[in-house]
Amino acid sequence: MSIRIVKAGLSDVFFDEGRYGHQHLGINPGGAMDTLALHIVNALTLNNPSEAVLEMHFPAATISFQKNALFALSGADFTASINDQIIPLNKPIFVKQHAVLQFKQPQKGARVYLGLHGGFKLSSWLNSCSTNALVHAGGFNGQRLKTADNILFNIDVPDTFPQSMDAFCIPLFSANTNDLYQTGPLRVVAGRHFKLLTNDSQKQLLQQQFTITTDSNRMGYKLQSQPLLLKQPQNIISSAVTKGTIQLLPNGQLIILMADHQTTGGYPIIGHIISADFCSLAQCNVSDSISFTLVTQGQAEEAFLSQQRHLLQLQNACNLRLNDFINANNRP
Amino acid sequence: MSTGFTIYPLGDHAITIEFGYEINHKTNQQVLSLFNYLQTKPFKGLLDLIPAYTTLTVVYDVFQLHQHCQKKQTVYGWLEQHVVNILQTQQLKFSHTKRSVSIPVCYHPTVAPDIQWLAHQHELTEDQVISLHTGITYHVYMLGFLPGFPYMATVPEKLITPRKHNPRKLVPAGSVGIAGNQTGIYPFASPGGWQLIGQTPIKIFDIKKKEAALLQPGDEVTFYSISLEEFNHQQQT
Repeated sequence: MSIRIVKAGLSDVFFDEGRYGHQHLGINPGGAMDTLALHIVNALTLNNPSEAVLEMHFPAATISFQKNALFALSGADFTASINDQIIPLNKPIFVKQHAVLQFKQPQKGARVYLGLHGGFKLSSWLNSCSTNALVHAGGFNGQRLKTADNILFNIDVPDTFPQSMDAFCIPLFSANTNDLYQTGPLRVVAGRHFKLLTNDSQKQLLQQQFTITTDSNRMGYKLQSQPLLLKQPQNIISSAVTKGTIQLLPNGQLIILMADHQTTGGYPIIGHIISADFCSLAQCNVSDSISFTLVTQGQAEEAFLSQQRHLLQLQNACNLRLNDFINANNRP
Repeated sequence: MSTGFTIYPLGDHAITIEFGYEINHKTNQQVLSLFNYLQTKPFKGLLDLIPAYTTLTVVYDVFQLHQHCQKKQTVYGWLEQHVVNILQTQQLKFSHTKRSVSIPVCYHPTVAPDIQWLAHQHELTEDQVISLHTGITYHVYMLGFLPGFPYMATVPEKLITPRKHNPRKLVPAGSVGIAGNQTGIYPFASPGGWQLIGQTPIKIFDIKKKEAALLQPGDEVTFYSISLEEFNHQQQT
């Protein structure tokens, strides 16, 4: 009972919600870039929301199921297929032993997530199964997956599931994720040093388009735009930064800190992507254009809370339907 | 009771308390006192505490904390009040048992690529650089940048040197560097811009140990010089 990596992708890595509680030691939380997709695939496979899932970029891994399984995909659309039949995102899917999952063509988004009913057998470090490649800990061997890796399931799926097809989606069952992501400008709360920008640069920040450069990764997205200017140079003492923090680099360009950000930094902090919009940014690709709009602390919190309520509803609905389905199909 | 602090949000899920505007021991003690207090008395929804030179940042779970809040009160507003209450009513003391750590460093130019340049810049001999660097006790103000990377100060005035203009693509693990009036140790090989004046053979971050990070904020550190032979020997064992 395992999956086998027939061919490794660019970066296929296991992550959960992140490793919190150790930032005072310089250990960054890491975790899935798109935690919405993490929570969705876990809901669709009846898992605990914090179960670790496989985050993949394009080209993504080709994966062979060594045993029947119940899994789900969410996040980026890379044209997933099972034995050459296209399968949908955001649906629980039963798959038969020896089926091969492939991703043919990137359509939308930057990262796809694979969640498996019961989860994978991974190693935990400081209470998290998120991979930390620098420290070589957590996840599968503390690094990204390689061709021929074999990752064990935590539990076996009973053989009573439909056997006639290679893959089987539960009918009339799909998670609607459209409302969870932001399509317009990314919402931002002002940062500690926002007011230190010249008035023109303050306006520019909210009117300009910013392009995500090739120098972007899970640590940070470097943006390209007309340079922003400070009223006067600043000497800032290093202090904590966080996921979504927007810093102004000495060359007038912005960097947004992503999941693998350092714990502290000394560049001026212009703003922060609000938590509710972070996953939308995490699905942006190099050369995409983004823009910002300013909201208050209260609006940012409300957006996050309503998104979390939406997710909870989704989790409850999935629990109910999937349990019904499994019970009905397990009857002798 | 603490006076003289500023509180501001760090995005929508973290709050920073600032105790001063310059790097000194007293301000950092205030940071570490509040850090210590919240470590021993965490509130529900607290995710992380990040002490730095002059600030403590608290990362929190908005969804969990929201349950404490009154109608129309923001989570940030609640937390700000909570922190102000602590600072105004508690006698905060930094009770972390003071640990002194002594770290062997090889200052031989083979593993200290900037020591000759740095000595020359300050019109010192390499031996003088070594005796200045090993001559005092440093205070660990904070950890950051890489897991276990200690920011230590204050470097003797004669050794104060700015970062390199062009950071190195790869600094070996264990490298001991100077940046301004700070000294630090790279726990992992990484890109880096500090002036490298030595290298330690010991592990600064070891996940096999229960406490992976050798140093913690508040620790006292001294360095002692070892030869290249000792360095090679210790690195192998």
